[in-house]
Amino acid sequence: MTKIGAAIVLLALLAAVVGPTLVPFDPTDQELALRLEGPSAHHWFGLDELGRDILARVLSGARISLIVGLVVVGVSSSLGMLLGSIAGYFGGVIDELVSRLMDILLAFPGLLLAIAMVAVLGPSLTNVILALSLIGWVGYARLVRGQVLRARELEFVQAARALGASTPRILARHIMPTALPALSPVARGTLVVDESGSFSLRRQNRRMRHIIMVM
Amino acid sequence: MGRFLARRLLLTIPVLLGVATLVFSLIHLIPGDPAQAMLGEAAPQADVVELRHRLGLDRPLIEQYGMFLKGLVKGDLGTSLRTGQPVTDQIVERMPATFELAAAAMIVAIAFAMPLGIVAAVRRGTVADHAAMTISLAGVSVPNFWLGPMLAIIFAVELGWLPVSGRGTWAHLVLPAISLGAALAAILARMTRATMLEELREQYVQAARARGVSKSRAVLRHAFRNSLIPVVTLLGLQFGAVLTGAVITETIFAWPGIGRLLIQSIGFRDYPLVQGCILLIALTYVGVNLATDMVYGVLDPRIRYE
Repeated sequence: MTKIGAAIVLLALLAAVVGPTLVPFDPTDQELALRLEGPSAHHWFGLDELGRDILARVLSGARISLIVGLVVVGVSSSLGMLLGSIAGYFGGVIDELVSRLMDILLAFPGLLLAIAMVAVLGPSLTNVILALSLIGWVGYARLVRGQVLRARELEFVQAARALGASTPRILARHIMPTALPALSPVARGTLVVDESGSFSLRRQNRRMRHIIMVM
Repeated sequence: MGRFLARRLLLTIPVLLGVATLVFSLIHLIPGDPAQAMLGEAAPQADVVELRHRLGLDRPLIEQYGMFLKGLVKGDLGTSLRTGQPVTDQIVERMPATFELAAAAMIVAIAFAMPLGIVAAVRRGTVADHAAMTISLAGVSVPNFWLGPMLAIIFAVELGWLPVSGRGTWAHLVLPAISLGAALAAILARMTRATMLEELREQYVQAARARGVSKSRAVLRHAFRNSLIPVVTLLGLQFGAVLTGAVITETIFAWPGIGRLLIQSIGFRDYPLVQGCILLIALTYVGVNLATDMVYGVLDPRIRYE
């Protein structure tokens, strides 16, 4: 199972990295006479409504999706782990501050934030990543906070505290390992979901996106 | 518990104020003019100016913000710029449909995901585990803008078992709930499996078995209960998300929910309606997160907030 999974990931990576160079079409070139043509030997995935090669568009879109997905998951999970563990471990005012900030951000529709960011900062891949990460960390933080709330009361954590271990050490060495298993399914889910979550930004900056092609 | 609840309810005020301020700033930051959007691109400039004046959009931003907050304190969210209807009415009208779909999707997700996750964890490495995880992988990978139309084509158009779209009977709810619940179920199943695996390794499960507790009881009463904290957190996050982010499903099945109302009102730059929708969403999240925190305490009495 793991090997099959690794093979699929590798294939997706390869497709994203070298794929665009293997297709003899430019993703923006139009053949209007053949628009909406089905798959053929020449165009494996067919052509879209503007006569552009769908395979070329999928592969060049994959590259951007992959970068966005990896960076957003990396940034938001790191930030989420940091803030979530601080909120859960210290509790009290710190927890209230971080948690209420999370309430505010959770209520926020990504679309509004995305449009506002593009309007102010201009359309770019960095801004897509920034907009997604700005909201993305909250889910991780809430998960980590829940785990930490529980873990801080466990005997081995209290033992570490009694032995005089520093707070960063307790968090990093004793508490985080118990919180990590809960994060991985969500991180994997986010990699996929980000693909669709960022479509609004892509409309604005006119880059190709798989979801736009499907919609 | 009473003090905790009182404090949390009191803290709802700054949260709502924060959300209101952020929404107000962001929506005025984005380009686009509601008057222009209502009259169309070809409208004469004089008409646009006149409408802007009538809607109060030509007043200084700080004055508009003050008026918005004043209304908010009185519980008045204003009137929609586009339809002229009170925002509260429009939101209240959509709320039952929104909660109905969200609750149905959550039920679908929980009903599929929990048994799948538990079986996969208990029978780790077997065919059952691989099958369960393959199903959940498919659930994560299949986007609902594809799943929705496919379900509609098969069960509504071809087989004619269920209605294609709209809201009315329970039959109308089936396809949107499955379409929305599938992705939730997939992540939930993986989460249940991952946290169950952690718990099943713990000594208290072995100790329970050694005391003669049956395997199913050790799994369900001991390990499952302890694995629930991240699962409950995820459920809370997902419930909030489906209340607001079900736009695609709502569009495919013509479901009259808040998600679609919000996206449409952002498109029309209908400021009061956007603000109203987001405040309702914020209130929902505050409630869901409060409930989640209280469930933590029930699941694990060692968790305290004081």
